[in-house]
Amino acid sequence: MSARGPYRLKERADAVPVEFRFDGRALRGVEGDTVASALLANGVRVVSRSFKFHRPRGIFSAGVEEPNALVQLHTGVHGIPCARATLVPLTTGLEVASQAGWPSVSFDVLRAIDGVHSVFAAGFYNRTFMWPSWHMYEPIIRKLAGFGRAPTGPDPDRYETRHAHCDVLVIGGGTAGIKAARTAAAGGQRVFLVEQHEDFGADVSTLEALPNTQVLARTTAVGYYDHDLVALAQGVAGGGGAALPRERLWLVRASRVVLATGALEQPLIFSNNDRPGIMLAGAALQYLRRHGVAPGREVVLATNNDSAYHTARELRLAGVNVVALVDSRESAHRALLQEMRGVGIAVHGHCMPINTQGFGALSGVTIALLGGKGASNLRRLACDTLLVSGGWSPTLHLFAQAGGKLQFSESGRTFEPVADAPRIEIVGSAGQIPRGELGERVSRVGNTARQWVDLRHDVTVSDIELAVRENFTAVEHIKRYTTLGMSVDQGKLGQAPAVEVIARARGIQPAELGHTTFRPPFVPVTLGTMVGRSVGALYAPNRRTSLYGLQAAAGALFEDFGEWQRAAAFPRPGEAREQAMAREVQRIRHGVGVYDASPLGKIELIGPDALDFADRFYINNLKTLHMRRARYGIMLRETGIIFDDGTVVVLDADRVLLTTTSSGAGRVAAWLEEWRQCEWPQARVVVMPVTDQWATVALTGQHARAIFERLQPGCDVSNEAFPHLGFRATTLFGREARIYRVSFSGELTYEINVPSDQGPQLWTALLEEGRSFGIGPYGVDALLHARMEKGFLHIGADTDGTTVPDDVGFGKPAAAKLRHYIGKRSLQLPENMRPDRLQLVGLAGERAAALPVGSHLRLADSHEATDGWVTSAGLLSTNGTPVAIAMLRAGRRQTDRSVTVHDGGRIVTTARVVAPLFYDPTGGRMNA
Amino acid sequence: MQRYSLLNVLGHALRGNTGWRPAWRTPTLRRSYDVVVIGGGGHGLATAYFLAKKHGVRRVALLERGHIGQGNSGRNTQVTRSNYFYPVSSSFFDHSLKLYEGLGRELNFNVMLRQAGQINLAHSLHDLEIIRRWANAIRMNGVDAEVLNEAGIRKLVPILNAQPRFPILGGLIQRRAGISRHDAVVWGFTRGASAHGVDIVQGCEVTGFQKSGDRVTAVETSQGVVHCDRVAMSVSNQCSVMAALAGFTLPVTTTTLQAVVTEPIKPVLDPCVISAAIHAYVSQSDRGEIVIGGGADVYNSYRQRGSPAITRGVLASVLELFPSFSRLKMMRQWAGAVDITPDTSPIMGLTPVRNLYINCGWGTGGYKAIPAGGDTMAQTVVEDKPHPLIRAYDLARFERGALIDEGAASGVAH
Amino acid sequence: MLYIPCPYCGARDETEFTYGGPAYVTRPELSASDREWTEYLYHRQNTEGPYRERWLHGFGCGRWFNVLRDTTTNEIQKVYPMGGSDRLIETGR
Repeated sequence: MSARGPYRLKERADAVPVEFRFDGRALRGVEGDTVASALLANGVRVVSRSFKFHRPRGIFSAGVEEPNALVQLHTGVHGIPCARATLVPLTTGLEVASQAGWPSVSFDVLRAIDGVHSVFAAGFYNRTFMWPSWHMYEPIIRKLAGFGRAPTGPDPDRYETRHAHCDVLVIGGGTAGIKAARTAAAGGQRVFLVEQHEDFGADVSTLEALPNTQVLARTTAVGYYDHDLVALAQGVAGGGGAALPRERLWLVRASRVVLATGALEQPLIFSNNDRPGIMLAGAALQYLRRHGVAPGREVVLATNNDSAYHTARELRLAGVNVVALVDSRESAHRALLQEMRGVGIAVHGHCMPINTQGFGALSGVTIALLGGKGASNLRRLACDTLLVSGGWSPTLHLFAQAGGKLQFSESGRTFEPVADAPRIEIVGSAGQIPRGELGERVSRVGNTARQWVDLRHDVTVSDIELAVRENFTAVEHIKRYTTLGMSVDQGKLGQAPAVEVIARARGIQPAELGHTTFRPPFVPVTLGTMVGRSVGALYAPNRRTSLYGLQAAAGALFEDFGEWQRAAAFPRPGEAREQAMAREVQRIRHGVGVYDASPLGKIELIGPDALDFADRFYINNLKTLHMRRARYGIMLRETGIIFDDGTVVVLDADRVLLTTTSSGAGRVAAWLEEWRQCEWPQARVVVMPVTDQWATVALTGQHARAIFERLQPGCDVSNEAFPHLGFRATTLFGREARIYRVSFSGELTYEINVPSDQGPQLWTALLEEGRSFGIGPYGVDALLHARMEKGFLHIGADTDGTTVPDDVGFGKPAAAKLRHYIGKRSLQLPENMRPDRLQLVGLAGERAAALPVGSHLRLADSHEATDGWVTSAGLLSTNGTPVAIAMLRAGRRQTDRSVTVHDGGRIVTTARVVAPLFYDPTGGRMNA
Repeated sequence: MQRYSLLNVLGHALRGNTGWRPAWRTPTLRRSYDVVVIGGGGHGLATAYFLAKKHGVRRVALLERGHIGQGNSGRNTQVTRSNYFYPVSSSFFDHSLKLYEGLGRELNFNVMLRQAGQINLAHSLHDLEIIRRWANAIRMNGVDAEVLNEAGIRKLVPILNAQPRFPILGGLIQRRAGISRHDAVVWGFTRGASAHGVDIVQGCEVTGFQKSGDRVTAVETSQGVVHCDRVAMSVSNQCSVMAALAGFTLPVTTTTLQAVVTEPIKPVLDPCVISAAIHAYVSQSDRGEIVIGGGADVYNSYRQRGSPAITRGVLASVLELFPSFSRLKMMRQWAGAVDITPDTSPIMGLTPVRNLYINCGWGTGGYKAIPAGGDTMAQTVVEDKPHPLIRAYDLARFERGALIDEGAASGVAH
Repeated sequence: MLYIPCPYCGARDETEFTYGGPAYVTRPELSASDREWTEYLYHRQNTEGPYRERWLHGFGCGRWFNVLRDTTTNEIQKVYPMGGSDRLIETGR
């Protein structure tokens, strides 16, 4: 007996005690314990309740296959639900809670369900809870489900991702894995060796010290993906908090993989094989060897193979009271029997447990002699611990994930590889399957409704029999019908006996059964670990122009437009966004403003074929373009759908400048490049995206010329010298500058491009020069409103993924251009020529109410559910009347007709169809 | 067919559940049928069911090369909704949702339809405008939809990120939307079809068609040749392969779609939440698992294993919406092969082969369409002309350029 | 995660690439019928097996190239430059 727990048989002299709490009880373990070993040391028998029947459950294993000891760690933002007590290292102050049982895990009123368990057999919810409706029962069932609670807030820890390449990835740090790693490393290969647990099977310090090796403990290989990419989840020692990440995800590309993943011990299946105190024999041995903990006071072992004998002997020699060993085989090796005699353990050969006793925890086991008709010669053994060993199944999940085929073999009574996988080697106990050595492991007698095959989900042999009885015979059907293997352990525990149960129920050989698909992750992986650093502010890039800082200083309200963070407006303190927008529109219309247009896409086409190449993409004829005169152009996809718009300028004989929409910059450049490389490689042209290289500031308003003149004293900036749609390549601040006279707002505008690092200088200079004119910045909202008043197309707002040129009034040029430009042929498809298509129109509200963007429209005589919708809208800057741009069925034929405007299920106003142009119809202001 | 009810459950329980009989027959494949349905997923099973039950077709065979429901019907995220933009889509999907609402009763099988709503989030002013356009489209189609502001959204989903990188400005909710149990739908239709005389034959792969001119006369299978008057095909990602056997091509691309579930936790999320901008959809099952899906993988594949790059991207999106999920664990990830059309609307109805009727191209959204898919296809087969609800989904629409692009309509990237 | 052997840069993770759908799709002339044109736009072999497709090494050399990959196993059998001919390919799409 030890102060570190009544079941602690031995401990190191320098063992550091660790205080923790379980369900509020203060307990003590030692450094190096897992939560499970500490609980066992303290004699905690019941750690949870089963899912359906709320039966008490104890710790069953010592590893990843644990189905019962799933606990909640901590609460609040540090909470971790469904932690496996068998894997969690014990740390000081750890708060551990069982996740089940009301009022407590030791006394759960819902165990009453167990009394009527046959009502709740597999599939019961398919057959009932229908009347009067599922909605009545569902809330209760939903509340009862789930283990553990999600944390209550954002994760205080962070997670990292590492990418690596290696020649050999060895998975499993037991002796076989270490040997494989040493061999490969000695040969000069780059080697990774990973081990799930804290400790390796042998000393790895020399291996670790080599320059060509990476040795990782607490690291589990969780997924095997295409082309030998393996994902590893690493628990970082001392991780969590600010200093270190809590976990790391390694994505390792290996040339070769060695699976030294060992084998999982299988349980035996018999009636009441789920009581607290029943555990895997190998697990008990691990608790003894690693932690000096005895599994119980009076221990019986039940087995069908040799390994349990060695376990029994070791336990006994360590001081555990092993009462008996029960072997389902007719006879074991003489040497083993002698061993048992030598340590005074009674052996019951050709016997198997057929039932156990103990309401709250195990109190005894009934064994029976096998052979003949079954349950003759019964015997009861009093015990508080029953260690079961049903044989060992190689852990081949990763092999299967990699596409390796497995088949259940008769001789090995487990799944084995059908063939080798080209780059995977299996070593150690994962690669050795003892043949013909196993005895019975599934009882043939007893109440099958009390024989558990899946401890977590309370799936019994009778459930499987019921599934088969109802013709759910395929393995996949049985799994889904009974929920066998669908819980947190994903069927790791007991896959081999389960196969034998299914085969027996179906009356076939186990080898005829397949298996369900092995999928990642091998063990559950924290979502944060999968994601790594792409959280919070780093979830998406923050793409800013060189003018971001100046705009922020001016009080800009930023929003994400496409990929860029742009100023939507510049509200004054206390001003709402809409008010700022209205004020800025007035500034555009009556004063002068500056606008950051830097995200506007800019692409240079360079080469003798530049203009001809560009001409293949636009609906507009570019061949007639004069030097240094901008032309507005629309680009289509091959399907005829409007893809982007912008301007085209011929700079000189072999240089053409394109502008695109801001969100289209990358898309259009990639599009041009794709066609160049794949379809027209003979074109002598280079596509050079230069969006980021230039900062663009739009100087807009009736005073723009005066201010521009101050920037370039002595230059002729008259309307004759520099008309609307003109282009000038010049210098500003000593460097190259490109200036367009284009207008999206409908006012006189100079779009001034300077190298992006000079953007702030340009912005500041304009504000300075324009001070006496009351210059100020305006944002995207104001610009979009101004352009709406002019009826200028806004791709993505007025157009969507169905809009063709004729819909928005560009049908004529699209048809007139005879070249086989991209999209042209599609414009001739019947659907794109229908007269009742949605067409761009203007709307003038007939009442005072604004026209909501997104409201739908109906014409008086319509038979359709909807006749279109409002795509942009606002109050006209000149007189405050509500106006809108809309897409309306056969819109161009509906001029002067009235439409009803629908929003939220009601008619909110009516409007008159007009031309989509509400301001300065002759364009005099922007042509000035 | 044994009736399912609480009374029967109790009665059978008293007899140790030994009295339950097979939920469906295991018939021998006969040599000739009126209709052969190829594909034992939800759509095929529903088609067979309605053929037998609603139209009284006597001799129907359903051929499934593996076992029923082993494809995408058996592993999807169970979202059941009808919040579509175009009138044709709205009518079809709401017909399906209405059928779902009565399906438990129709099939005498609890499909566990939970209607706690689906929310589509808006992250910018532009998003809000698109959301409003979409919500109004749904309402104009006579289906339920409502625009909520940020406060309204957060009230329904309290665990949404309080400080998201992309602000949550509001969204659209369809309250009748929700989730249901995919296996139950598959098994319910199987049981019902079998009970009405459909021969459901598993492990029977169609390897070819025998034709006379432009009509099929028989189907070649791994269990022999089966003569039939008509063939209905709902083979999902195998549609191009099967169409090639029948002598025509399809505008379909097969790629991978992934989903992820976490370990089950106590209820924290009531409605389904989806964000087009952030590319993820999230719900919580009645077992407590958080169920996660995203966009399809990028390249053609029949392998049914997703790329971890996509998994990580989807999970990053989930954590952007629900940062408190960071410490939950991914319990299982799965993937299926989905058949994607250029407009992400299905292809249903007639084919160049006169008596071969197709139902495919459901891409990432076929589960919610199962009842209506079966109902409309059954009628189409019987009348040899498309059911009114699916006329616009005809294969020939691509030649006319008449795509029904729901994604385009919702303003997502074009 | 695919490990794609770019013919210019060597093998890289799929995240460096953009997928371009089927290779060897011929763009019909303006005079094509609606059927021919829409088959070009929309119809696909969608092969279950070795499939000829295009990839762009967007986060690398920026060049398009062709790949022969088995869509059932994702095994990459062959890569060759854009416009590179392959006897197998000559026979059709």
